[in-house]
Amino acid sequence: MMKMRTSWLIALLVVLATVVPVVGFTDYHLFQLTMVVVYAIAILGLSLLTGFNGQISLGHGAFYAIGAYTTAILMTTWNMPYWATLPVSAIVCAGVGFLLGLPALRLDGLYLALTTFAMAVAIPQILKYKAFEEWTGGVQGLVIDKPEAPFGLQLSPDQWLYLFTVGVAVLLYVIAWNIVRGRIGRAMMAIRDHAMAAEAMGINLPIVKTRAFALSAMYTGLAGSLGAIAVQFVAPDSFAVFVSIFLFVGLVVGGVSSIGGTLIGAAFIEFVPNVADKVSKAAPGAVYGVILIAVMFLMPAGAGGFLRAMGRRVLRIGAAPEPLVDEEEEVAAVEYAPVVGDLVKRPLASEKHNAD
Amino acid sequence: MLAGVLHQIMSGIATGGIYASVALALVMIYQATHHVNFAQGEMATFSTYIALSFINAGFPYWIAFAAAVVISFAIGVAIERVLMRPLANAPILASVGVFVGLLLIINSLSGWFFDYTIKQFPTPFPDKPMLGGYLSGHELGSTGVTLLVLICVYLFFRHTRLGLAMRGAAFNATSSRLVGVRVGWMLALGWGLAAAIGAVAGCMVAPIVFLDPNMMSGILLYAFAGALLGGIDNPLGAVLGGFAVGVIENLGGAYLVGTELKLTLALAIIVTVLTIKPTGLMGRKVYSRV
Repeated sequence: MMKMRTSWLIALLVVLATVVPVVGFTDYHLFQLTMVVVYAIAILGLSLLTGFNGQISLGHGAFYAIGAYTTAILMTTWNMPYWATLPVSAIVCAGVGFLLGLPALRLDGLYLALTTFAMAVAIPQILKYKAFEEWTGGVQGLVIDKPEAPFGLQLSPDQWLYLFTVGVAVLLYVIAWNIVRGRIGRAMMAIRDHAMAAEAMGINLPIVKTRAFALSAMYTGLAGSLGAIAVQFVAPDSFAVFVSIFLFVGLVVGGVSSIGGTLIGAAFIEFVPNVADKVSKAAPGAVYGVILIAVMFLMPAGAGGFLRAMGRRVLRIGAAPEPLVDEEEEVAAVEYAPVVGDLVKRPLASEKHNAD
Repeated sequence: MLAGVLHQIMSGIATGGIYASVALALVMIYQATHHVNFAQGEMATFSTYIALSFINAGFPYWIAFAAAVVISFAIGVAIERVLMRPLANAPILASVGVFVGLLLIINSLSGWFFDYTIKQFPTPFPDKPMLGGYLSGHELGSTGVTLLVLICVYLFFRHTRLGLAMRGAAFNATSSRLVGVRVGWMLALGWGLAAAIGAVAGCMVAPIVFLDPNMMSGILLYAFAGALLGGIDNPLGAVLGGFAVGVIENLGGAYLVGTELKLTLALAIIVTVLTIKPTGLMGRKVYSRV
């Protein structure tokens, strides 16, 4: 019954969060909110991989870029409508993610972080490459048109785009929520917490890990597509290594394995630079860095985990001491579980596999 | 044609020396703590800015250089004592998070103190072609300096008591502690040395690529590639790997992929090494008890 009430509450909140800004916000603020939703989807993708499957990626900006470019190229070269580019972008990014997930199988923790970091550093160069210039527009990038509201709706393009983005986001969040709660999600988390035990329990490690990679890339790529439509512009230098790092910051701040926390993380990376920019051009990076380290030391479960812990405490004080439902315990176990296997103690696990 | 190839190899060795030093700095920290320092490049950039500030204040080049190295050493020790010590047994995501945070902070401090414009950095070496025109004076000089640093580091670890203690602390902390080595300080010292080596590399590469807050991000990538190619737990391997990557990068850039895809070449080296031979060419396999 409790669960029923929460889901209605969430649905109500989503409707409010959709309607109120469309009615009451200026176009610029709506654009900012659209970007928050876009980043939230991107961070959700990263969370599925890093938070729920334990594969650390510092290179998700690459998938964001691939999604953005797929949409932009389809819209400029093939004149596809913006909404039709999303399924294509999802397939392209999931495919690329799956292929990159194959070498990632052999890389544990730190090495995967390192390789994906290298990917993030290299991606602007690949986008600038002359052989692709015909499609990618080279250094200049591509400009795309902002979609008008369909069906003769009396909405500005920004209002319509916000509604559209929120619609896609709701769909993606529901899917992610169900995946994480189901059999696949449990398998993903089992691999994160103890890969060897998970394998012994009959989980097919390569299949789950590569699919998690594909799923994660699809989410972040779709975010890239939506972001490209909202910004109406893609260029290699807007996908520098810092996109990947900011997504990682958003993930950690929101809580690595907290689905709701992705929204907090997204709001953080969208609004903190705006505030910090007033101090100095360098301030956003410094603020990000300080908060990242502070979260790591003080609040390892991130804002999402922190709020959930607070909520549980309040509920326990306020409500009758009714025993906790199993399902809630399960979720709690997810959020306070050690995030990634103890690679520090067993340094070169990837090599160990080879040695066998 | 042959002269061209020879020229590319020579300048590959010159830049490779810089990658080798950064790779060595990475390996030193990895050996002792099993952390990969993602902020190594930004730390080196910051050190280079310190050197530039001393030069602009009117100090002679080599005094400014020495001051930057000493200050970097102190910063490295301080970072280890304050930030890294509590992370000794933390999960890997926490250490990656802290290193990324450090990268962001140092990058913005560089921008904040020294602004984002691209600056020229002086070279102490004569500006004329050397070795029959194959290398510029700076390339030859910087290769010499990096080789000198690498030899010093080798002698330090091989032939001093302190070096032996540091190797012991990295190899087996518990046993070292039992024979009276102060393991905590050895780790801090390792960080300091890594930062100092980074400072040398930064000062040597800045005249070639010019100084800006993001100067080292590409170089860090080559250094990663070099360290992995040689074996990330083997200092000598990492140094050779760094030189090899420098040569591969130059030859590949000239004859294979063109200069626009040089960074992608580094990515390809990293992926290839990690998937085909994750220990690197000279690394050691590590077995662990289940």
